[in-house]
Formats: sequence, structure tokens, C-alpha cells
Amino acid sequence: MLRFQARAEPSLTMRYLSPLIAVALTLIGGLIVFFALGKDPWVGFKVFFLNPLKDTYSIAELFLKATPLALIAIGLAVGFRANVWNIGAEGQYIIGAIFGGGVALYFQGVSSPFVLPTMVIAGAIGGALWAAIPAALRTRFNTNEILVSLMLVYIAQLLVSWLVHGPWKDPEGFNFPQTKMFDDSAILPILIEGTRLNAALPIAIAALVAGYLFMNRSFYGFTMQVAGQAEAAARYAGFSAKRTIWMGLLTGGAMAGIAGMTEVGGPMGQITEHVSQGYGFSAIIVAFVGRLNAIGIFFASLLMALLYIGGEQAQQYLNLPSSISKVFQGMLLFFLLGADVFVNYRLRAAGGK
Amino acid sequence: MENSILTAIIFATIVAGTPLLIVALGELIVERSGVLNLGAEGMMAVGAIAGFATAHATGSAVLGVLAAMVAGILVSAIFAYLVLTLLANQVASGLALAIFGVGLSAFVGKPYESATLPPVPPLKIPLLSDIPLIGPAIFSQQWLVYFSWLLLAGVIWFLFKTRSGLVLRVIGESPSSAHSIGYPVIRIRYLATLFGGAMAGIGGAFLSIFHTPLWVEGMVSGRGWIALALVVFATWRPLRVMAGAYLFGGVLIAQLFVQGSGTQIEIPSQFLSMLPYIATIVVLVLIARNPNTIRLNSPVSLGQPYRPDA
Repeated sequence: MLRFQARAEPSLTMRYLSPLIAVALTLIGGLIVFFALGKDPWVGFKVFFLNPLKDTYSIAELFLKATPLALIAIGLAVGFRANVWNIGAEGQYIIGAIFGGGVALYFQGVSSPFVLPTMVIAGAIGGALWAAIPAALRTRFNTNEILVSLMLVYIAQLLVSWLVHGPWKDPEGFNFPQTKMFDDSAILPILIEGTRLNAALPIAIAALVAGYLFMNRSFYGFTMQVAGQAEAAARYAGFSAKRTIWMGLLTGGAMAGIAGMTEVGGPMGQITEHVSQGYGFSAIIVAFVGRLNAIGIFFASLLMALLYIGGEQAQQYLNLPSSISKVFQGMLLFFLLGADVFVNYRLRAAGGK
Repeated sequence: MENSILTAIIFATIVAGTPLLIVALGELIVERSGVLNLGAEGMMAVGAIAGFATAHATGSAVLGVLAAMVAGILVSAIFAYLVLTLLANQVASGLALAIFGVGLSAFVGKPYESATLPPVPPLKIPLLSDIPLIGPAIFSQQWLVYFSWLLLAGVIWFLFKTRSGLVLRVIGESPSSAHSIGYPVIRIRYLATLFGGAMAGIGGAFLSIFHTPLWVEGMVSGRGWIALALVVFATWRPLRVMAGAYLFGGVLIAQLFVQGSGTQIEIPSQFLSMLPYIATIVVLVLIARNPNTIRLNSPVSLGQPYRPDA
């Protein structure tokens, strides 16, 4: 009989190996799922995991999908490192889309190079404002930020639904719940001709670099991490707990807001009821699988994008619902959390202590 | 005429509050044992589709509820294995369960999208259902509603009148003391977590088989999270869970009555639909405002991993 034995200190190797183990297990799990559904596992594997990589266009799509995930995840990582559990990125993303898209609609007909930067800033402000609600309630009234930020997701979804059914509905849109299409000057420029990959990618990369510098190289980032890992030590050293909570939530909110803006000001080109696509929740998985650090998040966001696109491919070629990607995403996080046991423990035969 | 409106309001409030009550009572037991399972939303979604699909195939609501219960137990077992055996972070694992459950229900439920079930006739309790006003409101409900009351009584009895309930509470307060007296902490936490999963599954089935009765993706729409908030709001006490569940039931149906009442002021339906979520935030603020309320009432070891070091 095997049992777990605590390691003297956490294994660094396992810390970085564990996401790879989780990916491998998800892959095996995926093959089993395909088999159980009566599909040829090899065909399933090709459609799901290889098709999204077959040509330039597909790879550009992969990066396009990964961009909002990376943006949101790096912002969340700042909070998660400090044990600030912002679970409502989906709502902050929606409000960012509303603010950014609102700017685009307001400046319709005005063709100025300043529209897009204003949209980015508005998106960040919108997301940060939405995240400020749980931050204020947590610091002022000690209210649990997990539940508050989550409730705000549903409120944001209803808010955008009201806007596109009501005041912001395109009068010439055949009564569809959507706004007018944005002007070209309010759409992010395309990076590679013939693809949909747009200027959101450099924004996300800049955010990853900034996130890396902040979390790994700045003193302030260090104080936040201490606050998360050893509250008493942080208090003793005089690091403000309230400031940590504000910083964690506002960063996550602003990044999610920018991601929302780059979606409506990018591939969507308008605000619809379906702005919310679950990126805010998937980004939580990205942040964990990426080990809350910038380089990890970069790769994890690509992996998660692969799962999204694989789901679309599976719908098209295998006649499976695209929500299969959500099942795989959940599996990935389960396997990661499970594999993480080996960071702190090792397996030993019982008796041989 | 006035009376019939009142009857309808009480009736609908109980219907809307019942899934919250069942799920929150399950979660209460889980949290009293010191385990924080944030995955209620996912377990409800899985229960909802398992129950719906079974009832759809067999025509039996009872079998549907049983299937939902089994499905809830199965997914909560994944969570239990992660946090109790592999000592994974409870917050992250609960979130994983929520995401996985909602995704799985969408995947499995695709063929059933917008399918309906024949409405299940209510179970009228003889004599009691003939009482004017409250008879039709309270004693002409679905059998799962009566089940939720029995569950409440059972949970109160178990927690405060039985030895096992006492052990469960001790484990939630101090697992190491319980372990040193010789109680199997991990095994009891497993049982509590699986019980929570079973109740969440049944709560989901109530929505898809009795309440609506149809299947649409995302139909749980935050009720699992609201149930979690209810447990905090109730400061981990069963009777207050019931009060909270019906309070929220009232908020959930307020929309229907405002729209049906023909008021002059036109409020967009989306704003009325926001009410339960706003109400959740408000009650969380009210209950947490005094830091002692939560500190004194929450199980001390809530969310902390525990490993008896043999």
C-alpha cells in the first residue's frame, strides 16, 4: 500500500512538471471521452488538437483566442498570488466591453486615431470600476469577494442584455439584440493580412511583460505575495492588507475590461448579447495552469485557446456539441489540482517510513 | 380575490425557495464538517440535466430525482478526492467543480435543448390542503417541497440531537482534536461532502423536472452560488437557512408579480432579474458588516486542509 509522505520542502521540479502532467492526463482523458462517445479516438485527436494548428490562418485564430485569456489571466494572477479571489472577471470583461464599445458608438462618424486608445482606457476603467465594488465591500465591510464578484457577473450580463435590447439597439438591425457595427477607426487593426489576428496581441504581450516585472521584479509585487502567503508576516512588516486587496481586484478588473474591449473592438465589431463567452472563467484555469506567472500564462492561454477552437472543430467535423471544450477545461484543472499533491508530498510504500 | 393573489404569492415563493433550501442545507452539512465546497452551481447543473434526461427517458419524476442525486454524489466525489485525499486547495477545487459541472451539463444536455417534460401534478395533502388560503399555498405542493421540510427537520435533529452530529461539528471546529479522540476525520468529511453533492443534485432536479419543467443550458443561473451565500447569511444555522431560502424565493418571483400587476412605471425586465443577485450582495454585506458575526459562527477549520499525520 502506498501513502503520501510530506516532503521536507516543496518540490520546484514538480511545481513546473505538474501542468505538463495535467495536460497529458487531459489528452488521455479526451481520447477516452471520444472513445466513449463512439468516435474514433485518433480522428477525435486530430480534429480537436491538430486541426487548430494546420495552417497560418488557424494559428492566427489560436493567438486571437488566446489574447483575451492571457490578458484576463495575468490580471487575475496578481490578485490570486495575494489570495484575493476575484472570480468575477467575466463580469468585469462585460463592463469593459460596454465602456469600450460605448466610446466607439459615441464617436461614430468621427475618424480619429485617438478613438481606439480611448476605447482601451475606457475598457480598463469599466472593468476596474466593476471590480472596485467587491474591493470596496471587502475592505469596508469584510464581505466575501468571491460571492460578490460572482453575483456581479450575472448583473453585468443582464445589463448588457438590456443595453442591446433597449437604448443601444441598432435601429436598422432588423430588431436583433445588437448595437450598430463600429466604424473602422474603432476596430483594432489587423496584424497579418488574411487573418483576424489584431493589435490586441501586442497589448496582451505588453501586459504579460508588465505583469512579469511587477510580480517578479518589483518590491511592491513582493509585498503583495507576502500578504497572500503569510498574512501575519505582512502585517508585521507593515504591508497594508487593504491596499493589497484593492490592487489585486483593480488590476484583475482593468485587464478583464481591456479584454472585453478588444473583443468588441476586434473580431465582434459590435456589442451583442453574446459578448460574454466564458473567457473570464476559463482565464481562472489559465492563471492556475500557468502557475500564476507570466511565462506560464502565455503558454496556458494558447493551450486553452486550443481547447476552445478544438471544441468548435469537434462540432463541425465530429458532430459533437462545442461545449465539450468546457468539459476538457474542467478536466484540465482537476488534473492540475490533483497532480499538485506531488509538489508537497511524495509517494512512499507504507511501513517503510 | 385578494386572497387568491396572496395564495399565489406564498405558493410561488415556496416553489422558488425550495431548490435553494435543499442545496443550502446540503452545503451547511459540508461546511459544518470544515469543508468549503464552492461547486454547488456545477453540482446543481449536473443534477438538473441528469434528472431531466432520466425523467425524459423513463417518464418517471422519482427516477429523475434519484438519478440527479447519484450524479450529484459522483461529481462531488471528484471534489472530495481532490481536497480530502490529495489535499488540493478547496477554493480552487470548488471553482473547478463549478466550471466542470456547468460545462458537462451543457455538453450532455445539448440533445435536450429546449425539450420539455409533462408537468408533474402536485401532491395535495388530505385535509390540510382544504384549509382556506394556506391550504392551496402550502399543502398543495410538489412532494420534493415536503421533502425539503423533512430534510430541514432531519438536519436540525442530526446536528444538534445526535452524537454523530456532534462529532461532525467537532470535526468542523477542530479536526485535530477529533482525530486524537479517535474519530475518522477524513471519512466523515467524505460522507458530508457526498451528502452535499446529493442535495445539490436534487436541488438541480427540482428546477428541471418540477419547476420549469424544461432543459435550457445555463438554467441554474447562479442559484448554486446564491445557496452558498445563504449558508453564510444563515450563520451556518438550519432554521435561518430556511428563512433565507424563502426570502430569496420571494425576491426571485418578485419579477413575475411586478410584471403581472400592471403598474404604470415600466421597468425593463433585465433590471427586475437583477434583484436576486443584488439582494445576495446586500445580505452578504449586512451579515459581514460586524466581523464578529462570521468569526464566531463559522466552523473554525472551514476551508483548511487537514491531514492526520500518521
